[in-house]
Formats: sequence, structure tokens, C-alpha cells
Amino acid sequence: MLNYQDRDLDRVFAALTDPTRREILARLEREESLSIKALAAPFPIKLPAVMKHLDVLGAAGLITRCKQGRTVDVRLSPARLQEAAEWLRRYERFWTPALDRLAAHAEAKEAEARQSEAADGQKTETADG
Amino acid sequence: MTSITLVRQVAARPAVLFEALTTSEGVAAWWSPFDLPVTATEVDARIGGIFRVRFPSPDGEENEAVGEYLELAPPSRLAMSWRWVDGGVAGDLGHTSRIEIELRPVEGGSELTVTHSDLRDEASGATHEQGWSAALAKLARLMDTTAYHA
Repeated sequence: MLNYQDRDLDRVFAALTDPTRREILARLEREESLSIKALAAPFPIKLPAVMKHLDVLGAAGLITRCKQGRTVDVRLSPARLQEAAEWLRRYERFWTPALDRLAAHAEAKEAEARQSEAADGQKTETADG
Repeated sequence: MTSITLVRQVAARPAVLFEALTTSEGVAAWWSPFDLPVTATEVDARIGGIFRVRFPSPDGEENEAVGEYLELAPPSRLAMSWRWVDGGVAGDLGHTSRIEIELRPVEGGSELTVTHSDLRDEASGATHEQGWSAALAKLARLMDTTAYHA
């Protein structure tokens, strides 16, 4: 009914379990585009370790890397994150329209009940529901 | 395990809503997220009684969920188990979750609160890892700003 590519999402969620990788994503969200060197600067880990994290994020489709002359620019790639968020909201996507239908149905029934109560004349009005 | 809670105001008294939730006619009238008819229901509204609903998706796929009534306090509260046995929400086939519904009379109708809990929170049920809830919080925050860049 609400289908997603589970294996792709596993990669996204696995990538997000690491605090350094989350921090990388958060920085990219703020800065839009950063060179690998600038991205690595605030972390107390060596550049090759940062590169490994970027590989994981890249494989998960969460970032894109683009070579600009001698530097590599890293950007956030929102499509996969959006897909992951949609997955997390999948029950909301089930319940929200279902409850719209429930409300419409119940409100029609309520209107019917009020009409028959009014027509009946015996019963008191239940305007306070 | 995660849960979601939805609250809404409905212009119908709790008894009317409770009937829509616990009768075959009521369930058949709405229990699907799609504007397509519910194709089968089974509603035995007593503790331990069976609940079943079947509905198609627009792509023709069939969805079916079964459950068992765990609590019934008309017209204000019900709790039931919920398990997809066909189609359904991705990643949750065969997994048992829990639905609690509360109805409170308010001016002009009812306040309806639906809590669906014990939901699986990973795409294919992979091992639960540390940092998961923090990852979700971060993801949600990221999503709020990145959605508009897409």
C-alpha cells in the first residue's frame, strides 16, 4: 500500500545511527555546500576517517560529492532523507485520510440522528452533542 | 518501537463515533485511507472478539488487517490489537501493533484521539542500534528545512 525500498532505507537509517555522520548532515544542512577539508576541520578525527563517513553517507544517497578543480564539494541530497521521513510518517499517511473518512461518516450520521430527533419531537434536542 | 497519536475534533457525539468504530456497517463506511470501498469487515465488538478489515489500494493491491478487541468502554474508549495480514503499511506485515481510541465529548461534538503504538521503527526490522531515537530527532529536524530544497 505504502511502499518504499527497504534496503535503501536500511542504509539511510544505518548511516544516521552515527553521531559524526549526523553532525556532518547537520552542518551540510546549515552550510549548503562545503569542501571536504572545511567539513573535516571541526572534527577531532583524521581526514581519512571523515572520508569513510562520507562514503557511508554517499552510499546511503544522503550526500553528493562534486569535484571542483582541486577540491571536492559536498552537498546534502534531500531526496533520500525525504523518502526516509515519509517512511517514518507512513502510519500518519494511513490514519490521516482514514480519519477524514471517519469524521465525514460520523458527521453524516450525526446529522441524520439530529434530523430524526427533530422530526420525532419527543426527544429533546442534543445540540451539545 | 514507536507510536503515533492523532487528535481531531469531529462534529458528532461520542456514541455516533463509537458506533462507526465498532459496527460492521460503520467500519465498512470509512476504514481505509483511500476513496475506495472497504471490501470486507468482521466486527465482533466484545473483549477477545475479532476485528477484520480488507480494502484495496488504488494500484489494485489488497490490504487486510486483523485484530482483537482488548478494551471496550462505550462510548469513550476502545483498544485493539492490529496486524497486517495482506499488503498494508510497508514493513509491518505480520507485526502486531496496538490501537487505542478515546472519545471525549466537547462542545459541538467529540474530540477523537487515536494512538497507534508498538509500531516497528526500522525499515526491515534490522537490529535495533544505539542512537536510533537521536537519529530520528535529527532527521525530523533536517527534514523540516530540506524538504523545500527538493
